[in-house]
Amino acid sequence: MIFLWAFIVGGLICVIGQLLMDVGKLTPAHTLAALVVSGAVLDGLGIYERLIDFAGAGATVPITSFGNHLVHGAMQEAEENGIIGILTGIFEVTSSGISAAIIFSFIAALIFKPKG
Amino acid sequence: MSQNNKTHYQQLSSQMEPKRPLLINCFNAFWIGGLICVVGQCLQWFFIHYFDFNEQTAGDPTVAVLIILAILLTGLGVYDKFAQFAGAGTAVPVTGFANAMSSAAIEHRTEGFVLGVGGNMFKLAGSVIVYGTVAAFVIALIRTLLAQGGIAP
Repeated sequence: MIFLWAFIVGGLICVIGQLLMDVGKLTPAHTLAALVVSGAVLDGLGIYERLIDFAGAGATVPITSFGNHLVHGAMQEAEENGIIGILTGIFEVTSSGISAAIIFSFIAALIFKPKG
Repeated sequence: MSQNNKTHYQQLSSQMEPKRPLLINCFNAFWIGGLICVVGQCLQWFFIHYFDFNEQTAGDPTVAVLIILAILLTGLGVYDKFAQFAGAGTAVPVTGFANAMSSAAIEHRTEGFVLGVGGNMFKLAGSVIVYGTVAAFVIALIRTLLAQGGIAP
């Protein structure tokens, strides 16, 4: 059942992105930035976590979860260490994604030549 | 007069602009984006059942695998073909973030590995990180201050 909800919720988040691009006439960069900020806001309100329980990867795979994870890491550390924890914890949860993207993008640049 | 020309030009350009097939775009974004999330769900299930991950921690390896796959497909030139067809369906999932970074890195390798690859890797993906981080900082700060003031849980 979670697979079906992952499909529907993940698909709907992509449709929101498509609408922002086509109807709102935003560039992809503006669209993604808007989605990340809304993910962070939704987590600040405590809504995103419920969406993840409900839709699994449908909520964790879209870029909105990046904003959610940033807030999450910051809040976790802030509860333990106070205000400074926001700075030390902000990349705590997203570290694996960002590191993987940097490292493997670099390896890809070593291996592949630009096309066209 | 120049004001007049400007509005005339805008009218002309909006007439000439190709109509974007909104419904088809949304439909493609929906099923391809949904499918990428289902792949993520399968990976998550795999990590929970065959390795020592739980629902909370399985997200990390899942996202890492999706990113590696997306970068590989970008290097092979496959991802961009998908992206033309799927629009936001491939841009919004985390795979689109990986695609933006790796395609910038590969494209600029001719300018050298430090200035080209190193300097341009975040050219497209940077805005996501900057706005995500600033927003997360503001939100976490508000929540922490509210919690310390004893207002919010």
